[in-house]
Amino acid sequence: MSAPEVTYKPGDFKTDLKPVWCPGCGDFGVLNALYRAMASLSLEPWNTVILSGIGCSSRLPGYVATYGFNSVHGRALALATGVKVARPDLTVIAVGGDGDGMAIGGNHLMHSCRRNLDVTYILMDNEIYGLTKGQTAPTTPTGDKTKSSYWGNPEPAVDPVELAISTGATFVARGFSGDLKNLTAMIQRGIEHRGFSFINVMSPCVTWRGDSQYQLLKAKLQELPEDYDPTNRASAVKYTRETDVLTTGVLYEAGGPTIGDRVEHIRMMAQEGGKVPTTREILERFMPSM
Amino acid sequence: MRMVVKGNGAVAHAVRLSRAQVVSAYPITPQTSIIEEIATMVAKGQLDARFIKVESEHSALAGCISASSAGARAFTATSAQGLALMHELIHWAAGARLPIVLANVNRAMAPGWSIWTDQNDSLSQRDTGWMQIYCESSQEVVDSVIQAFKVSERVLLPTMVVLDAFFLSHTFEDVEMPEQEVVDSFLPPLELPHKMDLAHPAALGNLVFPDRYMEFRRKMDLAHDLALGVWDEVGREWGQLTGRTYRIVEEYRMDGAELVLVTAATAGSTARPVVDQLREAGVPVGLVRLRVFRPFPASILRSLLGGRAKVLVLDRNCSFGHHGIFHQEVKSALYDLPQAEQPRVCGVIAGLGGRDITPDDLEEMLTGVWKDRITDPVTWWDVLSAQDPAKAALAMS
Ligand SMILES: Cc1ncc(C[n+]2csc(CCOP(=O)(O)OP(=O)(O)O)c2C)c(N)n1
Ligand code: SF4
Ligand SMILES: [Mg+2]
Repeated sequence: MSAPEVTYKPGDFKTDLKPVWCPGCGDFGVLNALYRAMASLSLEPWNTVILSGIGCSSRLPGYVATYGFNSVHGRALALATGVKVARPDLTVIAVGGDGDGMAIGGNHLMHSCRRNLDVTYILMDNEIYGLTKGQTAPTTPTGDKTKSSYWGNPEPAVDPVELAISTGATFVARGFSGDLKNLTAMIQRGIEHRGFSFINVMSPCVTWRGDSQYQLLKAKLQELPEDYDPTNRASAVKYTRETDVLTTGVLYEAGGPTIGDRVEHIRMMAQEGGKVPTTREILERFMPSM
Repeated sequence: MRMVVKGNGAVAHAVRLSRAQVVSAYPITPQTSIIEEIATMVAKGQLDARFIKVESEHSALAGCISASSAGARAFTATSAQGLALMHELIHWAAGARLPIVLANVNRAMAPGWSIWTDQNDSLSQRDTGWMQIYCESSQEVVDSVIQAFKVSERVLLPTMVVLDAFFLSHTFEDVEMPEQEVVDSFLPPLELPHKMDLAHPAALGNLVFPDRYMEFRRKMDLAHDLALGVWDEVGREWGQLTGRTYRIVEEYRMDGAELVLVTAATAGSTARPVVDQLREAGVPVGLVRLRVFRPFPASILRSLLGGRAKVLVLDRNCSFGHHGIFHQEVKSALYDLPQAEQPRVCGVIAGLGGRDITPDDLEEMLTGVWKDRITDPVTWWDVLSAQDPAKAALAMS
């Protein structure tokens, strides 16, 4: 693609829809960081698609002046796969909540990671189902009271970052919606990364987790050490399942072929001929009598 | 005991009174408060059940299926997208002959995201082998959920108890909540004949070859035939205990009715005063409200509608390409009448995606049919399209 001729300001990506999020919702921070990252990358709106599932956070595509798809609950990545396969030239970004991405759509993360699909996935993690008014999510800490757990959540929580690292994502980061500067840089790097980029953003829900969630998260914040080496998977894992601290930054970044590269490779082999056996050759090998 | 509850609260209380043992669910508007109330009842020890908040509706019904197979009384609730996601297991629950009860709060399907009511979600599950019952009031919701467990456990088929989003699910009404002893005397503990049993180990979910598959399906169909009588019997038995007798279809002012409105759910409440008003104005109109939709009460409808001049079926749903769904079914039932007794049937599709169906709408529809201003087989009511031929005809008359 030739160098972009136009430059963008973050505000250029705003639509005339006013977000319906509650005042103070963490998702505003994610949206602003995304506007900034898109502006500094000069992403052409007509070559960018943002897909989401369902949830408060999944309303985001409507607020960004690109192609947007507010799809069904849990399926942002399944739909992102289709767009990327049909139009590999587009920049594809998937967004959504922790319920969307870790509960009902949990399986899609694993497959997007292991395939190294060239998509950026931003998970807005508020540790709750916001839109349906405050039920336990897979990321809700054990013991927390919610509308569906009167005596406290009996289940251990999942760390989406750990899941992404362990299932093969090639870019994994953790951010905080209240830290615009670092979050913007992280999203920018994620979009630039070739392969599956997973960014888990702690994005407080003031309505169903209270003001304290913001304070609690903020008090735990910690950045990665200066000399941190993100290419080392084993050290990335050390920053998962944290309870007393919350480490933000790019925890893991690796190279490697995307699923698109691999499929292209197979296509080339098939076209060159000879390397891929014909059906007859296969049959003869397995059933010589035929 | 008298209580003021929403339709959703009515479901939760009925589940408590029915002593459900496993409740497995995933939240979705407008069902959410059903499961929140049940979760709280379980947490407070008011209902001795296991409550599982699973990670999707597919898992919710899976949880009910295995709990029911193990012999537990199982319940779940959902709406629209959630019901659609359950579809694979909806078939399973019926095919495995499990007496699960599911409350579905009718909500329109996406896209065009909508949280408001229409019946396409539940009616798309029509051919799965579930029984379906459509409710009009919170009282009917309470009574129907309890009856549903009883009928399901007798005929070994699951039941979907259906209530309109918001018009019923979120509207507070005065309800007579039955006492626990009354419900206990009506609904004995579940004894599932084919439950998992260590003394008789069996493998569930096996391959069935063509020489047997049809026999299983025939049995399901026979169970539906049997169920119609059971619904009637159970509705009367409930009446003896509580004074509230329930019929498979409800009739209103049918004496001498020459024009009959057939509808289901809360539209029934809107219709009754309109029927009264039209009667006063000299229009001989009556009302039939479908309650039990599966099994389909074809012979009852034939005896109620045979010999009347006209029938107007009001559908809050559409089988795209072929009319409203209640309309199709009523019409096909009436085909078995001698020709001289067959009424003319018109269908109106209205209220999709939660649009109001007002008394004025109903009056206009009924007088339209009565005065032959509406004669088309199907009319889409109040659609924003100048091209709609029926609307144009109305505007000209
Ligand atoms: C199949 C299906 N089931 C349930 C729902 C209801 N629903 C909508 S959003 C949501 C959870 C939202 O939580 P999350 O993804 O964390 O987003 P948040 O609102 O917290 O941003 C649920 C259960 C749905 N839309 N579709
Ligand atoms: S309910 Fe929570 S997640 Fe949803 S908009 Fe409000 S603050 Fe944000
Ligand atoms: Mg959430």
